[in-house]
Amino acid sequence: MTAVQEQPKQLDETGDVVTPLLELANEKNKRRRGLLLALPAYIYIVLFFALPLIIVVVYSFATRTRTGGTDLSGWNIEAYEKLGEPIVRDILFRSLWLALITTVICLVVAYPFAYFLATRSPTVRNIMLVFVMIPFWSNFLVRNYAWRVLLGNDGPVSQLTEALGLGQTTILFTPTAVVLGLVYGFLPFMILPLYASIERLDWSLIEAGRDLGASGFQTFRKVTLPLSMPGIIAGCILVFVPSLGAYVTPEILGGAKTTLLGSYIVTQFLTARNWPVGASVSTVLMIVMLVAALTYFRSGGKNL
Amino acid sequence: MSGGVRQLRGGTRSALSLNAALVYLFFYAPILLLIFYSFSDDDLVGRWGGFTLDWYRAFGRNDEVQSALSVSIRVALISTVVSVVLGTMAALALERYRFRGNRIFDALLYLPVIVPDVTMAVMMLLFFTWSIDVVNTSFGLSLGKGISTVALSHIAFSISFVSIVVRARLAGMTQTLEEAAQDLYASQWQAFRHVTLPLIMPGVIGGGLLALTLSLDDVVITQFAAGPGSTTLPVYVFGLIRRGVSPLINAVSVVMLAASVLLVLLSLLAQRARGGSVT
Repeated sequence: MTAVQEQPKQLDETGDVVTPLLELANEKNKRRRGLLLALPAYIYIVLFFALPLIIVVVYSFATRTRTGGTDLSGWNIEAYEKLGEPIVRDILFRSLWLALITTVICLVVAYPFAYFLATRSPTVRNIMLVFVMIPFWSNFLVRNYAWRVLLGNDGPVSQLTEALGLGQTTILFTPTAVVLGLVYGFLPFMILPLYASIERLDWSLIEAGRDLGASGFQTFRKVTLPLSMPGIIAGCILVFVPSLGAYVTPEILGGAKTTLLGSYIVTQFLTARNWPVGASVSTVLMIVMLVAALTYFRSGGKNL
Repeated sequence: MSGGVRQLRGGTRSALSLNAALVYLFFYAPILLLIFYSFSDDDLVGRWGGFTLDWYRAFGRNDEVQSALSVSIRVALISTVVSVVLGTMAALALERYRFRGNRIFDALLYLPVIVPDVTMAVMMLLFFTWSIDVVNTSFGLSLGKGISTVALSHIAFSISFVSIVVRARLAGMTQTLEEAAQDLYASQWQAFRHVTLPLIMPGVIGGGLLALTLSLDDVVITQFAAGPGSTTLPVYVFGLIRRGVSPLINAVSVVMLAASVLLVLLSLLAQRARGGSVT
């Protein structure tokens, strides 16, 4: 470092000829400094993230011993074959289905909301956004618990339906309750990217559509919707992906018959002690997420 | 801009307002009812039996809750401090320098944000089981999982979030001020300390608050990385909820909510200093 810093005085007089050399030295120096800055986090992520990730993949090819241990010596794909069994397949499809319903509901509710938000004055918009951010930042476990209280046998919702003569509410511990909890948890993930893409729309295009005689619906379908597509894709991925891997929500609001992927994985590790199967389901889930993430970045979504 | 179209027409306008009102009702009704019932003097959750602060007193007296709370706070502080330092350094490296392997590092740093909680939890369980085994047998120690493994796992995902927030701040900045400082004979360190750091401070604070929130929120990863005596408050509460609802959980939940809301407000203040958008 010091060597390079002393050079400029000598080189300034010599002029153009040596400048590229100085730049080269400077460039090399910059590279070294960048690497030094990155190194602690780099080492940390490799050691405590990349290595664990590789270990999971390795375990997914291992064999479960009769005592519930894991034998790493002979590699095989038995754990992956188990994914085709009816029980696991049902769980897989149920998880995909519930995540899909959650995503669709979020989209249908969030789009008009985000559109409305984008048409408010900047002051109103910021206030409205803050009130979307508060649940977004609030403790996820607590928000799920709130629904447990709300939907319980003696809870407020039940009290209301009983007073109306509709009888007790019985949606707690059903897939409906799980979807409700997931929508509640992930709706802000849909609103924020949708708002971001609708807000920066070129509104003169919409105006042009209307001026050329298109109806409100036609303008929406042919202009607004395609232009806000990046936001739609981003929002759908941001809702679908965590819904698919959800664990806390189905544990709190779902019943014994609504086991989803997350709970299945946890059971394989904590009670069934079949680590290879747990590891293989985790690996599959991870691959789904990676594909989704790549789609997201390809679609041009970078912020949020 | 073109105000004409941003004005909604009558019917659409009222439909959209109604939708927005319902969304806010959906967001806030459960939270407000939870707060309301936490003051109810009734053993049954969700039934009003007069005003009381008993559940909050029970929260203060419950030793298990208190020790879980202290574990949570310790873990959150350690993981926030470490991830803010490492994450900020990584952000500076990636935004300002090109170095060998910077692309791989960039991709690797995004992964913890993308990987689902449950998978990350499994990764931590297998990794700590294996690595503790290796360390114990090679050095003849008897280490186990505990607060340190929980903190290590929290840092692993927080670094990424901090670096993303700080990078967003750095990306919008020109380097002219730092160059000016160096032209005026400030050393590398002085330029960083007196120019760069104050400029990126809102991003650093925002990233730190995010790390703090994530650490205080996490259940699944903590559960898998924890050992005896390192139960955090969310993990403890999660265990209670699985056994059933109780007015005590209501009170604990409201305290946790209050903490999150406080953090949101702080982060909004940091964002305001940043003068940018709300995300």
